[in-house]
Amino acid sequence: MNAPVRDWAAFVTAGEDEDTARLDLAVEGITCAACMVEIERGLGTLPGVTRARLNLSTHRLALEWNARETGAATLIASLERLGYRAHPFDPGRRSEAELAESRMLMRALAVAAFSAMNIMLLSVSVWAGNASDMSVATRDLFHWLSALLALPAAAYAGRPFYLSAARALRAGRLNMDVPITIGVTLALALSVMQTVQHAAHVYYESAMMLLFFLLIGRWLDHNMRRRTRAFAENIAALRAETAILIGDDGGLAEVPVSAVGAGERVLVRPGERVSVDGVVADGASEIDQSLVTGETGLVEIAPGAEVYAGTLNGSGQLEIRVVAAGSGTLIEEVNRLLDNAMQAKSRYMQLADRAAGLYAPLVHGAALLTFIGWWLAGVGWQPALVIAISVLIITCPCALGLAIPAVQVVASGVLFREGVLINSGDAIERLAVADTIVFDKTGTLTLPAPEIVNADEIPAGALDGAARLALSSRHPLAAILAAAGKAKLPFDKAEEIAGSGVAAGFGDADLRLGSPAFCGAEAEAEAVAARHPTASLIAYRAGANPPVVFALEQALREDAVAVAEALRRRGLALHIMSGDRPAAVAGIAAELGIDDWRGGLKPTEKIAAIERLRAAGRNVLMVGDGLNDAPSLAAADVSLSPVTAVSVSQAVADCVFMGNRLAPVVTALDLTRRAHRIMKENLWIAAVYNFIAVPLAVAGFVTPLVAAAAMSGSSIVVTLNAWRARLGRAGLGEA
Amino acid sequence: MDVLLFTIPVALLLGFVFLMAFLWALKNGQFDDLDGAANRVLLDDDVEDRQDDAGH
Repeated sequence: MNAPVRDWAAFVTAGEDEDTARLDLAVEGITCAACMVEIERGLGTLPGVTRARLNLSTHRLALEWNARETGAATLIASLERLGYRAHPFDPGRRSEAELAESRMLMRALAVAAFSAMNIMLLSVSVWAGNASDMSVATRDLFHWLSALLALPAAAYAGRPFYLSAARALRAGRLNMDVPITIGVTLALALSVMQTVQHAAHVYYESAMMLLFFLLIGRWLDHNMRRRTRAFAENIAALRAETAILIGDDGGLAEVPVSAVGAGERVLVRPGERVSVDGVVADGASEIDQSLVTGETGLVEIAPGAEVYAGTLNGSGQLEIRVVAAGSGTLIEEVNRLLDNAMQAKSRYMQLADRAAGLYAPLVHGAALLTFIGWWLAGVGWQPALVIAISVLIITCPCALGLAIPAVQVVASGVLFREGVLINSGDAIERLAVADTIVFDKTGTLTLPAPEIVNADEIPAGALDGAARLALSSRHPLAAILAAAGKAKLPFDKAEEIAGSGVAAGFGDADLRLGSPAFCGAEAEAEAVAARHPTASLIAYRAGANPPVVFALEQALREDAVAVAEALRRRGLALHIMSGDRPAAVAGIAAELGIDDWRGGLKPTEKIAAIERLRAAGRNVLMVGDGLNDAPSLAAADVSLSPVTAVSVSQAVADCVFMGNRLAPVVTALDLTRRAHRIMKENLWIAAVYNFIAVPLAVAGFVTPLVAAAAMSGSSIVVTLNAWRARLGRAGLGEA
Repeated sequence: MDVLLFTIPVALLLGFVFLMAFLWALKNGQFDDLDGAANRVLLDDDVEDRQDDAGH
């Protein structure tokens, strides 16, 4: 065997000097702090290692070593000896920008907190002094100090809002950040004006507290999304998306997928997953395309055939020439459909932005009318302006700005624990209003890997022998058989006969595992095929015993029937749209009791069907995993993918769910519906607060003290209400 | 009230020092792994001569 040299060079980055090398790894199997000690000690004492530090929160290991003394391969091998599998991050996939933004928000939050708290200290003194005997000079000193603290801090800490408001305005939209920016700017400008004129009331603390509260919401939201994304990155790294590159000199090197370019040639060994899209240059095999097209049967391929990332190679070795998108392949079609679907997707108006669209004109109109009213009443333009701006300050969307992010953070935290990772914040709202679910079949309703479906027909002991024999084969079905029989010990002298199966001698008996013809089991195979028309068959014969035929098929996820029932009880319409043969879909649909099913669909037909549902006024949730599902995932109102999905689909889907069960779909719907209800409650709380506060402000009763108390009070009520999204657990039973 | 001219700047300066300390800690990665830090405090990996029987 010409084993490829695993080329870690693509993952290793250079340190400060040329001898130092660095590598970040996602480590599998860490359960507690003891693992951290074991890994750090085990690696830290190796010669040449200068730093080995494990992050227990993210399960990532940072390694630094002297490149002259040791190498990445040695270190990863040592880690494996300690019992931990590790995979390097593909540097092409890492998101440094995410981390930078999170730190920027944290810095802004710290600055806003420092400034708000100190100004509040000064303001409380002034409020107390106004009620007693503070001199105007002292008050002015306190006001100037407040200005000194507030203006630079607001300029620094408010950037996330100003930039977002500017972006929204340029795009001709209104979002929550527009009224926030206007409110903060006017409050500060008015305060400076009042300070210059030795007036009693300034609003520095209101402006800074507003920024402080809003930044808390913003940071929590960002941090939650970063945590789920870091988790998704670990999954991607642990899936080890590497390819064996064939060099010009015929040498083999294992490299990250992102380092493989179009035109290069890649080797795929028997039983491996294909990691690139391309055309077979050499070799013949049969491949399992279920992850790409939804078809469950194996497909014969020969030179010239197209293969796609995510398919599973059978018993032959393949040499694949990598093609880029845009060369008339399925990939190109999927990409084109994806682009179209993304563009056509009517931009969902987030609840918060809809509220902002209502809120901003209303409040700004009220402030303008207040100004005109007081001016006409003859108080002079400046006191009229002060009252008008106090209307803006007290209605400043503090509660409104927290109402939705707070619920999103709490809900996505609960979903995270239930095994659902959310890609976008507004997915919660869109999931909550879904009323129609379109399921893909293969890999979504069923498990991604086939299993033995006629286990009760197999005589005792046959599986043990077959599984041991299967260890010597690299056929994908054999691997499943070996795992099912928990075989550990291969037979000596087992021999794989390409295209037929494996044979071994055991005592004087001749053992065979492979195609029914190879084992002389045609008659038995016909009988099994009649009972399991869509299954793949694999036969086993031990000496003179009658041959045994195993039927392997992707079985339904164990809780699929219960989930379908639970979803129907919640009033959702269920559909199945599959790329697999109609005959294979019919059985599954009957078992789940879903009448609306279609099989043999191409990606375009899936999209057309979803568009028809949407045109009929349905809010469609698409649940799918294959490459062929990616465009429909984007075309649907909201989408879910199992964690086993191809990476394109996972990137497009709004949420990804973990594990072998389908129950997270129900959990996600229940939790998001409750979260959506709480979001609307919060918006009503904010609205009621404004109904009370605005008349007071219009009447000119709002002093800075009242504004500060009202703003904190409403923010706290809204945040506490958001915590209710944690209460109660979801199950399949309750509706 | 002249004492205010002294105490307020001192109070603000102290606050500012702590703000800078926090920003430094943030930049230094002190908050990157809160779970790990919580456990590290219990580990005696600085006791050199016990390294041999450390495997548990």
